[in-house]
Amino acid sequence: MKISTHIYNIGQGLKNIWRNKMFSLASIATMTACIFLFGIFYSLGTNFQSMVKTAEEGVAVTVFFDEGISQARIDEIGKEIKKRVEVKSYNFVSADQAWEDYKAEYFGGNEELAAGFAEDNPLANSANYEIYLNDVSMQPTLVSFLQGLDGVRQVNQSEVAAKTLTDINKAITIVSMAIVIILLAVSVFLISNTVMVGISVRREEIAIMKLIGAKDAFVRAPFVVEGICIGLIGSVIPLVLLFLIYEKVIEYASSEFNFLSNMVSFIPVETIFRTLVPISLVLGIGIGWFGSRLTLHKHLRV
Amino acid sequence: MIRLDHVSKSYEAGKPALEDVTIHIDPGEFVFVVGDSGSGKSTLIRLLLKELEPTKGKIYINGQDLRKVTHKKIPMYRRNVGVVFQNFRLLPDRNVYENVAFAMKVVECSNREIKKKVPTILSLVGLAAKYKSKPSQLSGGEQQRVAIARALVNEPKIILADEPTGNLDSDNTWEIMRLLDEINQRGTTVVVVTHNMEIVRAMNKRVITIKKGVVVSDVGGEDYED
Repeated sequence: MKISTHIYNIGQGLKNIWRNKMFSLASIATMTACIFLFGIFYSLGTNFQSMVKTAEEGVAVTVFFDEGISQARIDEIGKEIKKRVEVKSYNFVSADQAWEDYKAEYFGGNEELAAGFAEDNPLANSANYEIYLNDVSMQPTLVSFLQGLDGVRQVNQSEVAAKTLTDINKAITIVSMAIVIILLAVSVFLISNTVMVGISVRREEIAIMKLIGAKDAFVRAPFVVEGICIGLIGSVIPLVLLFLIYEKVIEYASSEFNFLSNMVSFIPVETIFRTLVPISLVLGIGIGWFGSRLTLHKHLRV
Repeated sequence: MIRLDHVSKSYEAGKPALEDVTIHIDPGEFVFVVGDSGSGKSTLIRLLLKELEPTKGKIYINGQDLRKVTHKKIPMYRRNVGVVFQNFRLLPDRNVYENVAFAMKVVECSNREIKKKVPTILSLVGLAAKYKSKPSQLSGGEQQRVAIARALVNEPKIILADEPTGNLDSDNTWEIMRLLDEINQRGTTVVVVTHNMEIVRAMNKRVITIKKGVVVSDVGGEDYED
């Protein structure tokens, strides 16, 4: 096609949006509603997952050593831990450090009570590695590995916390996936229906074009331009709304429920939108493009 | 120019709409196709436009076997056949100029060509002054003249007119027939499907009569008897 024909078709597509104002508005409203709901569930799901992840990060596995173990062996165990894929980070807590931490936690303000232990560290056998995991569901694998290591006396783990967090994570993933899939299916259905109504209204126009020698691409182009524009507008509106609402909700939650800020941290709007914007635009434009192409197909067999 | 060899067309059930039709129309001819409603006249036009495929037989247009015109090549084929309908089939949201220009846009003519040619063709059909009017602001006769201008603008070798005067009063009917005759005088083959016997008798052109899908007579104007 010539460049002037492309320009003409783009112009016609834009004019079509105006000529079929009601249909265009209905399509944009449908698309806006679907993408808005999608955005809400995406934001909620992502925030829940992030909260669970934060909770997971606090779950540690502690490894205690056999009595009289050499520092060289402790270092070797450290190297073996470092190699494991399950491990996000780990740190060595010496017996002295363990006692210092204990004193700070339990004798805070009453240091004289701990003075009696000055020359005799009651936690002499408490040197340990504190291991943080990449994924709390990997805890059992790591624990059984650690228990098999030579020089390891005891491995402390929080089995209940790990299992609960893993289960919550799994549930959030399944529920948000299911909601997103249902929403997408509903969007495609609603939007293709709206597009179909718009196209059947203009069946005569399409038939005339075909009868005077228009190629399929020429007939299709303005409809596709129209579909893409409607998709674009229908995804930009909910994104702007979500941006404003998200910021306001975080602001409100942080000021009204101050205690929440100690327990949970919301994902910043920029982080959410880094993924939400491309997904929504691709969805909106893709559905507009696909819907108009698919629905036109049968009308082109003239 | 137009040749149908033993063409039959049957729809899903019932009697064939056309049965064993053999017609030959030379370049530059003006031919009327007449018959009662449901006789198969419109099926003939739709076959010539390749909107329908014949069940049997072959159709040749400008030496081209229509069976070999694939879906992709149909637009190129239709650009050589101008078509005029009883209900005009204009784009209601575009004005006279845009309706005619649209036919040129479809065949990817440049804007310069369009600007040059559309006013000329609108003058030919007597609508140069109404180029800005929407179809709804025109009379039936004027709308049909726009449709003829649209059919003519790409200089097709054949014009197919399916009941072009079916929705028009007597004055407009004669205007349209005079216009089609003038177009034919310029060398374009014109096939007019009609059941208006008054114009058929008055125009004195070749008449093909179809009854129940069968060609029952094919005679010159002077030999035609209603």
